[in-house]
Amino acid sequence: MYRYSDFDAAFVATRNRQFRAQVERRIDGSLTEDEFKPLRLMNGLYLQLHAYMLRVAVPYGTLSSAQMRQLAYIAERWDKGYGHFTTRQNIQYNWPTLGDVPDMLDALAEVQMHAIQTSGNTIRNVTADHFAGAAADEIADPRPVAELIRQWSTDHPEFQFMPRKFKIAITGSPNDRAVTRAHDIGLRMVEQDGARGFEVLVGGGLGRTPMIGKVITEFLPEADLLPYLEAIVSVWNLIGRRDNKYKARIKITVHEHGIDEIRRLVDARFAELRPAFGGVDQQMLAEFRAQFASPVLKSAPTDAYDTAYAKDPVFRSWADTNLTAHRDPDHAIVQISLKAHGATPGDASADQMRAMADLAEHYGHGELRVSHEQNIVLPHVHKSDLPQIHAILQQHTLATANIGLISDIIACPGMDYCALATARSIPIAQEIATRFDDLKLEHEIGDLKIKISGCINACGHHHVGHIGILGLDRAGVENYQITLGGDHTETAALGARTGPGFPAEEIVGAVETIVHTYLDIRESREETFIDTFRRTGMAPFKAALYPEKEAARNAA
Amino acid sequence: MSVIVTDTGFAPDDWTGGFAALDAEQTNAAALDMPSDTPESALSGAVLAAPMLRIAFPSSADGRGFTLARLLRLRGYTGRLRAQGHVIADQYAMARRSGFDEVEIDDALAARQPEDQWLFRANWQDHDYQNRLRG
Repeated sequence: MYRYSDFDAAFVATRNRQFRAQVERRIDGSLTEDEFKPLRLMNGLYLQLHAYMLRVAVPYGTLSSAQMRQLAYIAERWDKGYGHFTTRQNIQYNWPTLGDVPDMLDALAEVQMHAIQTSGNTIRNVTADHFAGAAADEIADPRPVAELIRQWSTDHPEFQFMPRKFKIAITGSPNDRAVTRAHDIGLRMVEQDGARGFEVLVGGGLGRTPMIGKVITEFLPEADLLPYLEAIVSVWNLIGRRDNKYKARIKITVHEHGIDEIRRLVDARFAELRPAFGGVDQQMLAEFRAQFASPVLKSAPTDAYDTAYAKDPVFRSWADTNLTAHRDPDHAIVQISLKAHGATPGDASADQMRAMADLAEHYGHGELRVSHEQNIVLPHVHKSDLPQIHAILQQHTLATANIGLISDIIACPGMDYCALATARSIPIAQEIATRFDDLKLEHEIGDLKIKISGCINACGHHHVGHIGILGLDRAGVENYQITLGGDHTETAALGARTGPGFPAEEIVGAVETIVHTYLDIRESREETFIDTFRRTGMAPFKAALYPEKEAARNAA
Repeated sequence: MSVIVTDTGFAPDDWTGGFAALDAEQTNAAALDMPSDTPESALSGAVLAAPMLRIAFPSSADGRGFTLARLLRLRGYTGRLRAQGHVIADQYAMARRSGFDEVEIDDALAARQPEDQWLFRANWQDHDYQNRLRG
């Protein structure tokens, strides 16, 4: 894992002193609210519906046990004893007071963390595959590159007051777990004639105008990365629209100018910027690679695992759902579900954070990950330790066996926290999870991703959910639109609307109807929901959801 | 009246040459005023020989001027480069790192954000990731 250099530590300490002074200058009137707002945002501080919210960066989703423990401490010391892990691999505290935030930032700095550029019209926290460095299907670990991007984008003098926010994601695996096609820039590590590089996607994004990213270059040599990223952002900083915040993201710039014109502008800018990077960045990248070297994996029999798997059906169920293949066959990647049925998706209490930190320390080389699906990952666990881990997780309500299943829902904070929301998200997620838990159908249904957003800004990724739910306000009443067929992976697709929306009291029933339709028409247990949808299209689902219309059509 | 901010603090404006508006077909090397929406294609030719360029910041949220400054320097501009308008003390380091020599603010802003708040960022060359990554 990356350890701060003296430079990083001094930078964060200085930045925190600056922010402490900015808070004081806001209070004494030196800064107007309009001036202070972007400054607090670029330090991670939002003003939400009820209170301030501090969004802490978990760079590329990687955390140490010590860092997780500090997050627990901060939750108890300055918040209400819990935190919320987000779809951008960050953690949010929902109840800090403005005066406490500088102290919270200092507490983060003690464990080499910060909240810089988790908000504002800046380059945000770079996200990466949460299985990086552990997955069996990986070409290379994307995190050293992500760290390089973190350092390049941090406090970049040109890019702190851009037209809008800017998000970069990177994957080192052909199986895209980082949603790279729905980011302002998506980077896919590839090899060409033995040389490392990137396929670069630009102009993807969700929000009110969802777009799948377009390929701007099929192969960018590794050493050209920073000047090329800088060229893209520099071009957009000048020509991106500033007259309308809803048309400011680079996806609209790409859409309006066309990818070919954007490529021409970027290539020209790249030619100007490239000479400034003389190779120091690549030396730093090599040093980062050494820091991210794989832990020394232990070699031991896996009998304990085999026995528990054979004898304990609860353990077997958890192992079948929550484990992923590690590159070492005697190890596993463990996903800890933060989606207990009826709980708030992504929330973890301080006690749970400490339990996960301890597990990582004892059994997982002190390493944890935050997934964009709002779960926690122990990336390197020897199989013989899994029964013990499962038993400890059970003691902390963390053993829910539902990764990738219908109750493993992504939901935005919605009207329970967010000032922008037009409907509730969390209660809908809770009701769906509880309903299907009661029906005991979850494992029968299999792989099915539900994603819920409480407004058109789409923080809950509903466009790329197999079942997407979008909560809107229709004349003061919550109304939920459903989309089907979305896909967040390397075969990314935007979901299509089923038809008219449903009121809050009918939305869970509508989801149930969709699921029963799937169970009725799937060709076998092996045919997943998304495969069935691709085979049959919308028609059978539409017919089941809107029977009156179907009846009217048949009558006519 | 206005105040000129540099690394040594506040000073009155010592530029007496005046400013001409940027012309689409700029041919003479005069001191120029450039709006924040100046296209990058205008950063060429006679503009690069101007003795002084002044880029407008109509709002502290409009960061285009930082990229314009950077491009001017990359294209070989060596004259005096000034950021003018709604630039706040917290942006001083960004302005200097992007290639500006100085910032011009009005008296009201100078009164609200006095000299010490600008001098707080006079150490803009320290703690600079960009400087570290290049070369």
